[in-house]
Amino acid sequence: MAKLIAQLRFIAGALALAVLVAVAAPTSAPAQVNPTTSAVKEQQLLNALQGGAISGRVSIPDQKSGNLIQPGGRDWRQFHEVTLVWIGAIAILGMVALLAIFYFWRGPVRIEAGRSGRTMLRFNGFERFVHWLTATCFIVLGLTGLNITFGKRLLLPVMGPEAFATWSEYAKLVHNYLSFGFTIGVILMFLMWISVNFPNATDAEWIKRGGGIVGKDHPPASKFNAGQKLLYWLVMLGATAMIVSGYMLMFPFYGGMTLANIELATVFHGVVAMLFVAMILAHIYLGTLGMEGAFEAMGEGTVDVNWAKQHHSLWVEEEMNRGASDPKAMARPAE
Amino acid sequence: MARMKFLCDADRCIECNACVTACKNEHEVPWGINRRRVVTLNDGKPGERSVSMACMHCTDAPCAAVCPTNVFYTTADAIVLHSKDLCIGCGYCFYACPFGAPQYPKVGNFGSRGKMDKCTFCAGGPEADNSKEEYEKYGANRLAEGKLPLCAEMCSTKSLLAGDGDVIAQIYKERVSKRGYGSGAWGWQTAYRENIAI
Repeated sequence: MAKLIAQLRFIAGALALAVLVAVAAPTSAPAQVNPTTSAVKEQQLLNALQGGAISGRVSIPDQKSGNLIQPGGRDWRQFHEVTLVWIGAIAILGMVALLAIFYFWRGPVRIEAGRSGRTMLRFNGFERFVHWLTATCFIVLGLTGLNITFGKRLLLPVMGPEAFATWSEYAKLVHNYLSFGFTIGVILMFLMWISVNFPNATDAEWIKRGGGIVGKDHPPASKFNAGQKLLYWLVMLGATAMIVSGYMLMFPFYGGMTLANIELATVFHGVVAMLFVAMILAHIYLGTLGMEGAFEAMGEGTVDVNWAKQHHSLWVEEEMNRGASDPKAMARPAE
Repeated sequence: MARMKFLCDADRCIECNACVTACKNEHEVPWGINRRRVVTLNDGKPGERSVSMACMHCTDAPCAAVCPTNVFYTTADAIVLHSKDLCIGCGYCFYACPFGAPQYPKVGNFGSRGKMDKCTFCAGGPEADNSKEEYEKYGANRLAEGKLPLCAEMCSTKSLLAGDGDVIAQIYKERVSKRGYGSGAWGWQTAYRENIAI
């Protein structure tokens, strides 16, 4: 009897266990495995990422090699080989053409009262040093930079591949290292001239009267007129853009920079550079060919008093008033 | 002449990285440079696939288009090669390349990347075939010896195929039709503006 009960208990237990197992784990017959159902597909990823890079894991130290396909490079190529070339050609050649037309139509701005023979100090030695430091760096940076975009189109056919490669390699090094001189120059220029470059009521008047470049009118201006102040602020903005994007390119992938960031930096660097060069061409024109007596200001540092009265009447008054109490700043006769 | 291409059958790649190692060894590629690498997509997730990627030797190559000193040239086999003598190390080819193929021996701070290095499809460079100069700059020139790229030749699962584009496309098509699935010829759309119709 006891044996029977034990057997029954065993059967009941086995049944219970079977039921339990059946409930807990519903049997699943292994279905036909289709490896593609969940495989990553290139086209799906490209569509999903909308131009972003397809990236994964790599087992080598260079983690940026985890980018399998980055279609953004194609847009960058289009920009660099087509868009930038056109922007540069139009901005620079356009500015040269405009200045040439202006020169033949308007001619240089003369000193109307003629030279007085008396000169006054306009830019001291330090100001001239900072200006020419920045200017020299800018010209070299500009030419070596333009070489990257236009060199292979203009110089390579003339120089031949070996000479052009050697020149370009040195140009690249010079471009990288002169950036420091340019940066120092721009910072000094910012500090040195900011106090006389804030816009005021005189500037509104100056702009309203066309600045005297187009007509024969000569609205009053302090040390810098509205046009020069505009140049100052545009140089500061442009230089900041160039310096920031330039140093990003000089230290690539530093501080978590991605390839997309670097591509954007080159776009920014290129476009601003072309416009900057065009703007400085206009500045060079006005400081040399375009205006009689203007170059001396940055050349020897002194200008003719009649030139100063014509272009910067308020500045002359300020200097004269200052000169009354400070004999060193007084207008001095030409030697 | 054949139109040389690479094709990585991602459904066969087991991420053994032997192609990477073989390439480095065959060409004595300097430390830090990987002409070929294996990228694992969806790592650890369902549908994970690994793809071995190097220079795809693009039709109308972006690197060649953006190079400021025009160092690139395309061989009769449509292999994209470059001259290290003319390279100025500006890094533009890396910015334009859709596959991250160009490599540089140095990090690149202060513009000191050094001469660009990339996969040559085991076809050397502009120097005389199998000369000492060619080997030092670009590695072995297996094509000149009548051999195909080593990475594909020694791939244990024959995932990586290299050779005439029509031939390897045919091999891939046959595989796909036989096994019933295929995750596609990675990079072909981008590199050659064409895909393998399956």
